[in-house]
Amino acid sequence: MADAPVVGSRRSVRPWIVGLVGIVAFVGLLAFGLRRDPREIPSPLIGRPAPSFAMTLFDGSLFSIGAHRGKILVVNFWASWCYPACYIEAPHLQRIWERYRDDGVVVVGVNIQDREGPAREFIRRFDLTFPNGMDAAGRISIDYGIYGVPETFLIDRAGRIVYKHVGAATEDIFVPRIEALLKGPTNGP
Amino acid sequence: MARSLALACLMAAIAASALSAQDLDAKTQAIASRLRCPVCQNESVADSPSELSRQMRTLIRTKLQAGESPDQIIAYFVAKYGQWILLEPPRRGILWLVWVGPFVALGAGVAVAMKFLRRVTRPARTMRPDH
Amino acid sequence: MTASIGSASLLAALLVTAYGIGAFVRGRRSEPSGWIRSGYAAPVGLFVLVSASVAALEVALVRSDFSIRYVASNTNLVTPLLFKVVGLWGALEGSILLWQWILALFTLIVALRYRSRHPDAMPYVLSVLLAISAFFLLLMVGPADPFARLAAPPQDGRGLNPLLQNHALMAIHPPFLYLGYVGFSVPYAFAMGSLLSGRLRDEWMAITQRWTLAAWTFLTAGLFLGARWSYDVLGWGGYWGWDPVENAAFMPWLVATALIHSTMVQARRGLLRIWNLALVILTFLLTIFGTFLTRSGVIASVHSFTQSLIGPLFLAFLAIVILISLALLAIRLPHVRDDGRIESLVSREAMMVLNNVVLLAMWFTVFLGTVFPLAVEAINGHKVSVGPPFFNRMFVPLGSLLLLLMGMGTIFRWGRSGPEELRRLGTVAAVSAGSTALLAFLGLREPLIVIGTAIVIFMGTAQLVEYARGVRARRAATGEDPIRALAGLISSNRQRYGGYLTHLGLAVAVVGIIASMSYRTEVERALTAGESFEIAGYAIRYEALMPTVAVDRLVIAARLAVSPSNGRAMAGTRAPAPSAVIVAPSLNFFPQDRTPVATPAVRSSWRNDLYLVLIGIEDGGRQVVVRAIVNPLVSWIWAGGMIMVAAGIVALWPTRRS
Repeated sequence: MADAPVVGSRRSVRPWIVGLVGIVAFVGLLAFGLRRDPREIPSPLIGRPAPSFAMTLFDGSLFSIGAHRGKILVVNFWASWCYPACYIEAPHLQRIWERYRDDGVVVVGVNIQDREGPAREFIRRFDLTFPNGMDAAGRISIDYGIYGVPETFLIDRAGRIVYKHVGAATEDIFVPRIEALLKGPTNGP
Repeated sequence: MARSLALACLMAAIAASALSAQDLDAKTQAIASRLRCPVCQNESVADSPSELSRQMRTLIRTKLQAGESPDQIIAYFVAKYGQWILLEPPRRGILWLVWVGPFVALGAGVAVAMKFLRRVTRPARTMRPDH
Repeated sequence: MTASIGSASLLAALLVTAYGIGAFVRGRRSEPSGWIRSGYAAPVGLFVLVSASVAALEVALVRSDFSIRYVASNTNLVTPLLFKVVGLWGALEGSILLWQWILALFTLIVALRYRSRHPDAMPYVLSVLLAISAFFLLLMVGPADPFARLAAPPQDGRGLNPLLQNHALMAIHPPFLYLGYVGFSVPYAFAMGSLLSGRLRDEWMAITQRWTLAAWTFLTAGLFLGARWSYDVLGWGGYWGWDPVENAAFMPWLVATALIHSTMVQARRGLLRIWNLALVILTFLLTIFGTFLTRSGVIASVHSFTQSLIGPLFLAFLAIVILISLALLAIRLPHVRDDGRIESLVSREAMMVLNNVVLLAMWFTVFLGTVFPLAVEAINGHKVSVGPPFFNRMFVPLGSLLLLLMGMGTIFRWGRSGPEELRRLGTVAAVSAGSTALLAFLGLREPLIVIGTAIVIFMGTAQLVEYARGVRARRAATGEDPIRALAGLISSNRQRYGGYLTHLGLAVAVVGIIASMSYRTEVERALTAGESFEIAGYAIRYEALMPTVAVDRLVIAARLAVSPSNGRAMAGTRAPAPSAVIVAPSLNFFPQDRTPVATPAVRSSWRNDLYLVLIGIEDGGRQVVVRAIVNPLVSWIWAGGMIMVAAGIVALWPTRRS
């Protein structure tokens, strides 16, 4: 209960320095935490061979990745309830398809966690003509490590995933990358 | 209190034996509870009612029926989503720290406390009133 | 109009706090107490102004004034009145306002209550409390403005987050939690006051013991209410997910529990002074850190309803508070000295010191698990998760150790325990071992569960033994009947017997936790009308879907008939047994959100809970997916929580003497 300092006490500074460093590190860590998105999951699939899949398209025909080996693929996962991103990107994807389909680029849409009626309505609304099918059981989306919509993958001629984009896939994001793939045989961004 | 507890445990034991008939359910549940739901905020695949989690549970069940081992199934999901999808960080590399940390803290704390207690302990020689 | 009143009140409140701090500081330097006296007007002004602001926001919410962004984001025209009112704390800005209002209330209470009793300390204490208020007011005057206007008010608001609109506990859980959180500001302010003024006697601690206990009681209630809410609403049949925001509330609770015990040691033995100062500071820091975690979006969780820009401000405040508090502690350290002694290691004091170590280790575990993913990402960019399996694993040994120490600490006496206590320890241990052996004989098999059960029985029995001893001694002295003796015993020493009761409540809750986590059964089935399945002694038959339109949502319920299973295999359709009970878990579709919220149907008894969730509706409504969970002894958890809160109230109840 003394108010006066105890005579002869030695004050070692080191624990306080350690404490200060710890505090600075902790605050720095939290500052770092503020600047990145906690919900984003980096994909381990980049650079790996794209999982193959096959699905029945909305028009009844069968689509299989294997059939398009040697082409550049843009695989877009979407849902009719994904507003606004899927609504923003749909015209972009359609334009990419129209512009590059003769150059050996295939745009394919995979509809996930959705119902057939709204999905068809979505396709009709945007006049989408690229191959589009439904992943009813979710197998394809899990194979591609999907955790949100929309997500779009860019696959090179060798069948490797070279880029994944979470969010609306717009032309300014994909066109430069597609062009780069078209130029070099297996060079990717 | 003890009787209710006993009865509850008895019921649970009966329940447990009924469960062995639903082995597949249990195994699916066990694997799913080790995986994190990718579209939820902090729920496991076993617990989440989201559509993706349901699809993942169905997939786990299918894979079990096809004869895959739990480790193989877990490895599959890690290959697709990364280490993040494991609710428990694997005990590798820097991740050891989180497993060891609490016990190091406890051990250090106990050591410091014992040192402190010994320092301030002075058994009373004479009878002193306990205030 | 209301928005202007609201904003102006907040700005005025900020100026008032600045004035108050200035007046107190000025009054300290120059002797005239005129400054100090005028400083006392600040808490009054603060409370009045913040109350006006709260009233303004409530009026706006109830009247659906969608020109205010907060009202438009959190209510809509069909939001029921209750949820409009409690929508005050439905999102970030309003929560901060609620926090500030409670802080203003407590500041006023402190000013009124202690002004005459501790006139020297009050200017310091109030300055600290006003400074904390200043931060929160600054937030609301700046980036977190509850009265921010919308240029073009919409016709209808967005509505409350559906998860919040689904349960009456929305009205109770946040206020209780905040009363707990904010309550810890008071002991902190007293500790800081003591460090600032250099008056380092124990008086700060004696004053604030009751505040700490009150805040702890509120926080305990808030935590159990949150668990209950989670259980009733989230649809996974669990009550605690080690979600970062749950952890954010649990961390100060752990440290505060340690503090409550170590201040007892300081009061009796004059030890642990520095430790207690550090614990008070840590508890307060954790309340700020907890709010930061919840609101800043650093770690995504069920609670982070918004990503907010105020993260950096909170972080800055946190950093400043840490640095100032520790700097003050460092400066005053040589002046704070223990001068007491412990007689023996076999004593209540020693057990309390050790229980402090375990509680802090528990805190460290939660803290480490919560920030570890962030640290790993910062170091090597990898994302990892630390989830329930980690925490559950760690808390089994730590919790067992804590329960053991609690039992021993109850049996040992203050000072030095002798042969009588050791004998009692042996008896209680024997009783625990015996009852556990009986349970094992009756079917309890898994070693970990057996050990855990033995330990919790040990701890609970120790509390009961203390009660029995006390009643017996009192009856021998006064000749009262047992009930009156019990009542008299408790009121004669509320702190002690309230404490034992709290421990007993925890034992009851832990029994519930062990049972529900170890023996939970779960089944998920897709059913068409008439189909049924069995789980753990119940037969469940799906009958039909029942859609209802409510004011604020569309509810689709699945009508399920539940009856005790007779063990015989059921196949196909069969009329429900006459004793069947109808339950209706539902999916709630709100206009403001695409994902429906599942409302589980729960049938509770003391033995178990049957928990049914409607997971999905498929095939155009012909098939439903139902999840059934049987959770043993969950009711014991809520009962234990209520006992703990009641015990806190008992311990706080003013004794007639004072």
